[in-house]
Amino acid sequence: MADDRKKLSMTLGESLRQQGVSRRGFLKYCAATASMMALPPTMVPAIAQALEKAKRPSVIWLSFQECTGCTESLTRSHSPSVENLIFDHISLDYHHTLQVASGDAAEAAREAAMHENEGKYIVVVDGSIPLANPGYSSIAGISNLQMLEETVAGAAAVVAVGSCAAFGGLPHANPNPTGAVSVGEIVKDKPVVNVSGCPPIPTVITGVLAHFLTFGSLPELDALGRPMVFFGQSIHDRCYRRPFYDKGLFAETFDDEGARKGWCLFRLGCKGPMTYNACATAKWNQGTSWPVESGHGCLGCSEPDFWDAGGFYNALSIPDSDLTRKTGYVVGAGVALGAAAGALNRSTRAKAAAKHETVTIDDLDKKS
Amino acid sequence: MQRLQDIAIKVESPEGAQASHGNALPILHEILHALQRFSTEGEQSCIDLRSLPFGPGDEEELLRLLGRGEINVTMDALGESTIWETAFSGVWIIDHRNAEGEPVALQIEIGPVPQIVFSQQEDIVDAIDRLEAQLNDH
Repeated sequence: MADDRKKLSMTLGESLRQQGVSRRGFLKYCAATASMMALPPTMVPAIAQALEKAKRPSVIWLSFQECTGCTESLTRSHSPSVENLIFDHISLDYHHTLQVASGDAAEAAREAAMHENEGKYIVVVDGSIPLANPGYSSIAGISNLQMLEETVAGAAAVVAVGSCAAFGGLPHANPNPTGAVSVGEIVKDKPVVNVSGCPPIPTVITGVLAHFLTFGSLPELDALGRPMVFFGQSIHDRCYRRPFYDKGLFAETFDDEGARKGWCLFRLGCKGPMTYNACATAKWNQGTSWPVESGHGCLGCSEPDFWDAGGFYNALSIPDSDLTRKTGYVVGAGVALGAAAGALNRSTRAKAAAKHETVTIDDLDKKS
Repeated sequence: MQRLQDIAIKVESPEGAQASHGNALPILHEILHALQRFSTEGEQSCIDLRSLPFGPGDEEELLRLLGRGEINVTMDALGESTIWETAFSGVWIIDHRNAEGEPVALQIEIGPVPQIVFSQQEDIVDAIDRLEAQLNDH
């Protein structure tokens, strides 16, 4: 216990040096961290300087109405490895799935972490909170709502991981039988960062935590409370298949010539134009691929109510050709205008959902 | 446990399919401008290839176009890193892997030698302490 406290009081630089990690190793670690946070490599010296002095924050991870997919995603994070993240970057003091303790001992660990790190710890939440009946989801006899309110009271910030915690997600899908709500609908007096996705990209989860550790602050957020650095551009704008969209070359079925040649999946229901996430650059499975690269359209899983946004295989109505340009300007102008981009995106989606139009060849001919 | 990179995946490109998605050439232009700046103004720079929306084949095409030069470096720190000068002097590739051999960063650095290859001041101070301790033992 005394050793644990000593380790907590050490800076990350001291801790790594004690483990025999050379300065080169540390710089490599910082290069991977910069890449993970989507920061340019020129930031590596600044990151090294900040991380050298950073102390491991206590993290309490609460799991409510969820499927554990977000934890599955995180534990497959590779850069740096989750072991490094947990043992070097943060002090993970409570997590149902990963902790050894159970029952009273587990709850005691949560209370001890809250008490010892009052005002400084981070609460990570995955899963939505049922308000219709507390009995729908409880832990150790404590309702999700009560546990969230109690744990968040002394927190520095809250990170809502996954579309369930960020926007209600699958439990919130129509007709929302449990009365599921997002973390942001309950927590109003603490900063809440939404890391949406079903699940979120693992390096985006770790990137947000690393940002807090490195700079002691939360990253710039968009209108939906998501970090701009990862959610600032649409899947469509960063998609390597975008040139095919611009040329009007589309796959019409999953096994036609267009599909085999890797043409745009827009007509097969790809929600890339209305979805903001980092899949096209961060990718999945150790950077191997991502849904569009493997031949399936984007489901839009990082957007609110994606379950209720019409069929996954229904094409969106034709987006306004100016949307991309408008969004580009707005995102470039910063977070205040980012709100407008979010509104623009929402209104376009609402229009698409209301119309449920599909695109025909004639429509595209008219456009071009 | 079998890891993803251990599974032999055979990619078959259909006839007429593109081998890459044309993203290598713009990066080559960026490298050219960076190399010109380094040559005339001495400004070193670095490009993070993981932040680019590459399609299948783009990364392989870029590395193929850059080729291999005269120097290869292997660094063993928190996993193995491979660093090599490309066929274009002053253009280096840095491929960082973690202890499991999984990629954690892939960068192109423009300069005389990648910064991470130099002996670091903190390690030199530590080396002096260790060398003195070793001599004191004799």
